[in-house]
Amino acid sequence: MGSRILGLLLRYGYLYRRSLARSMELFFWPVMDLLVWGFLSTYLQRVAAPRAVSYLVGALILWDILYRCQQAITLAVTEDIWVKNILNVFIAPVRPAELLIATSIVGVVKAAAPGVLLTVLALALYDFDLLALGASLAPFLASLLLFGWAVGMFTAALILRFGQAAEALVWGVPFLIQPFSAVFYPVDILPAWARPVALALPSTHVFEGMRAAIAGEGVRGTTLLAAFGLNAAYLAAGALFFAWMLQRVREKGYLGKLGME
Amino acid sequence: MADPVIQVSGLTKRFGATTAVDGLSFAVQRGEILGLLGPNGAGKTTTLQLLLGLTTPTAGEARVFGLDVQRHRYAILQRVNFSSAYISLPTNLTAWENLHVFARLYGLRRPRPKVLALAETFGIADLLERVTGALSSGQLTRLNLCKAFLNDPEVLFLDEPTASLDPDIADTVRQALRAQQRQRGVTIVYTSHNMREVEVLCDRVLFLARGRAVTEGSPRDVMERARQASLEDVFIRIARDGRLTDARDVEA
Repeated sequence: MGSRILGLLLRYGYLYRRSLARSMELFFWPVMDLLVWGFLSTYLQRVAAPRAVSYLVGALILWDILYRCQQAITLAVTEDIWVKNILNVFIAPVRPAELLIATSIVGVVKAAAPGVLLTVLALALYDFDLLALGASLAPFLASLLLFGWAVGMFTAALILRFGQAAEALVWGVPFLIQPFSAVFYPVDILPAWARPVALALPSTHVFEGMRAAIAGEGVRGTTLLAAFGLNAAYLAAGALFFAWMLQRVREKGYLGKLGME
Repeated sequence: MADPVIQVSGLTKRFGATTAVDGLSFAVQRGEILGLLGPNGAGKTTTLQLLLGLTTPTAGEARVFGLDVQRHRYAILQRVNFSSAYISLPTNLTAWENLHVFARLYGLRRPRPKVLALAETFGIADLLERVTGALSSGQLTRLNLCKAFLNDPEVLFLDEPTASLDPDIADTVRQALRAQQRQRGVTIVYTSHNMREVEVLCDRVLFLARGRAVTEGSPRDVMERARQASLEDVFIRIARDGRLTDARDVEA
């Protein structure tokens, strides 16, 4: 099992080593986002909102972690369809769990690398120190990684089922979740009908918790418990959905057609 | 006779109202090269996919090494491999990187000697540092075959491996395949539309039409029974009529 996971990690690692553009892309969009949102929040802070920089820049950095994790899993499947390699992977003795573990590890790396850069830039440009949140930061980060993996499993399963026709999901699904995750605003800003949806997402509890921590209210145990409880449910559902969809595409014969379209 | 390496019994695959494979039964002995032939839509690729566990059968079963493909898929995949002209290795990795990755996926602890030996065998040792996307069709085919031999497969499934190759390169690939098959005793299931190639390479052929077996035997036997001068003529008759009324059928 270890050798196959290492093999998959090598495959993704080689991709980044070989392509400067790909490596730069990892950093380019998060840095651009940080610049736009950072300067906007500096302006907002000056005119009205005293904690705008902390809330918005902190949210931006944490959101990128979820996004990168989801992308790592989904793009791994999508890229292998693009380059017609997906059948080579599925006729190798690679189990779905090994594929998901390897891509999840890639997700951690893809989230950590730009995360470090954004943290340093936020400190340098906006005097916002994410690490000032101290130990409470760790469960937030872990929770976002877990949710990113879960969403990644759902989207990767849909890509397996619908092939290149579902490519928009790779980038679209995180932005479907974002408005309900209360990333840049508190949950009570949302209309009443949307609040239950928001509270059913682990990411909402993370961002609510982050704002509470920045405001000096500390981290509530119930917030973390809700986030991790929901994550456990989403991860289990994501893994089951991936396995079910894989079985369905084998029954329908879609797997053999992937990458041969 | 020893137990067959591949045993297919009543294998059926339906996609909605379409029956791609219809009650197919055949066996392949160890070290044999079987040509799985037939016109487009005959069920060749679906049969290969059923044998690789990429698709689940509607009815019947496929056994490889005596193991049911559906229940023991990963144990079987460790001992078989597949190459097709229609799939590719990642084009943005070098040939070496691709072989290294797949060596790991097949569980090789020290891939380097194996990769170098196979690259030498298939004549691509000097191309290992090249990006895969920059290789010619012939070089890519040989790289795919290197990948297919990484785990010393006991059974190799080849889906039109020489499609799109010029006759010279195709001949080189055929010779390399034959040499590997003799040295290693690999069982090969081979699909191709190049009937001349099939006559040269295959010990036995199985013609399919509309998902059913039409005729089987050595290429010479099949031609004689069909009273055709070449395997290509047999192919054309099957493609046009969907069946073959051979001498034995008439006697029956």
